Amino acid sequence: MNTNSNGYTVIYATVMVIIVALMLALVSSALKDTQTANVELDKKKQILASLNIDLEGKDAATIYDEYIVEEMVVNYEAEILDTTKFCAFKIDFLKELAKSDAEKKLPIYVAKVDGKTKYIMSMKGTGLWGPIWGYVALNDDKNSIFGSYFSHASETPGLGAEIAYKPFQRTLIDKKILGTDLTFKSISVLKPDNKPNSEYEIDGISGGTITSKAVEKMIFNCLGQYKAFYDIKVEGGAK
Amino acid sequence: MSKLISEKTKEVFLGPLSKNNPITVQVLGICSALAVTSKLEPALVMGISVTIIVAFSNVIISLLRNTIPNRIRIIVQLVVVAALVTVVSEILKAYAYDVSVQLSVYIGLIITNCILMGRLEAFAMGNKPWESFVDGLGNGFGYAWILVAVAFVRELLGSGSLLGFKVIPQSVYDAGYMNNGLMMMPPMALIIVACIIWIHRARNKDLQEK
Repeated sequence: MNTNSNGYTVIYATVMVIIVALMLALVSSALKDTQTANVELDKKKQILASLNIDLEGKDAATIYDEYIVEEMVVNYEAEILDTTKFCAFKIDFLKELAKSDAEKKLPIYVAKVDGKTKYIMSMKGTGLWGPIWGYVALNDDKNSIFGSYFSHASETPGLGAEIAYKPFQRTLIDKKILGTDLTFKSISVLKPDNKPNSEYEIDGISGGTITSKAVEKMIFNCLGQYKAFYDIKVEGGAK
Repeated sequence: MSKLISEKTKEVFLGPLSKNNPITVQVLGICSALAVTSKLEPALVMGISVTIIVAFSNVIISLLRNTIPNRIRIIVQLVVVAALVTVVSEILKAYAYDVSVQLSVYIGLIITNCILMGRLEAFAMGNKPWESFVDGLGNGFGYAWILVAVAFVRELLGSGSLLGFKVIPQSVYDAGYMNNGLMMMPPMALIIVACIIWIHRARNKDLQEK
């Protein structure tokens, strides 16, 4: 057979593309359920990671049900819209950020750790090479940070990618997001070697300045969405 | 059985590990050698993934070699590699989610690794499936060990750790030792690869140009 004729080449290419497309479609649909389950489980793990819970060798789904006692969806004015199970979990925070303030639906996860209430806020932002995201857990004073979790799609390993590791995330613990007059102030990520000396500053990653600054912007932008929420003080609040 | 371990097959497997190494001699796949070697773990997983994919795409192309129209052979090779890489990445997402998250874009970038196209074009198009499989394994391992060697030096001197575990004790840091930030930068990977090439050529005189 002449494998160099035009007809053969065209038919060969067509058949090959159809076979490959069918195969990929088959693989993709066969694995879809497992993948979605993985993504959801991973999201639960990330939320729990902001509470400084060690999940090593444990079932994240059970721990999630144990710690996350309530989920809330609030609007920009901090009025509660929904509190049914998984109402916050289902929200695509990135889409909500793009909406106008009046239309935003903001997820809050309420957790109980050692009997104390923690509020977990979602984070979405843009790093140097791609998206970055995370969760920040606030103490019940809605001011000091209890824990945090950050991750990224494609930051540089060893540099910007360090935001995904505990040493960076731990620097946020006990920092404050509200100024002395209790208005929203957020956290500054400093350039390395500028020693952070206040409760509003943390150390950046050397060599990962753009990613560090992106984290600062993300914290400011995302925690800023809940401004009205911080004003509502419960049991012994300052305001 | 004699066919499985013939002299030629042995040469096909061992050649790429040293005398005909894809990175140090053919200088292929340099781009990924820069990108994934700042830590040891991604370098290891990348080495294994490339080995698997180059071995199996070699077999597939070798099986198809007599039917492939000459004018679109590169496209056929590319489609086979891309399909395999996508399947591997989908399977990782379903059954090894943590690893797939860690490797993120690099798995997809295997498609652009020159070693794959190089082996398909230079070897699988003209050899039987078994030899092609062995050739794929040899080249994969040849690529992997250089990656691991570079990542070992970079992670040790750049972060003071190996596979994420601290190996340089705190007392050394207290005495004034510092991690070398330059090690984490891509240019350092080039310099280390160059040093490996230098040693390699000094030890194998027949690789030197007259």
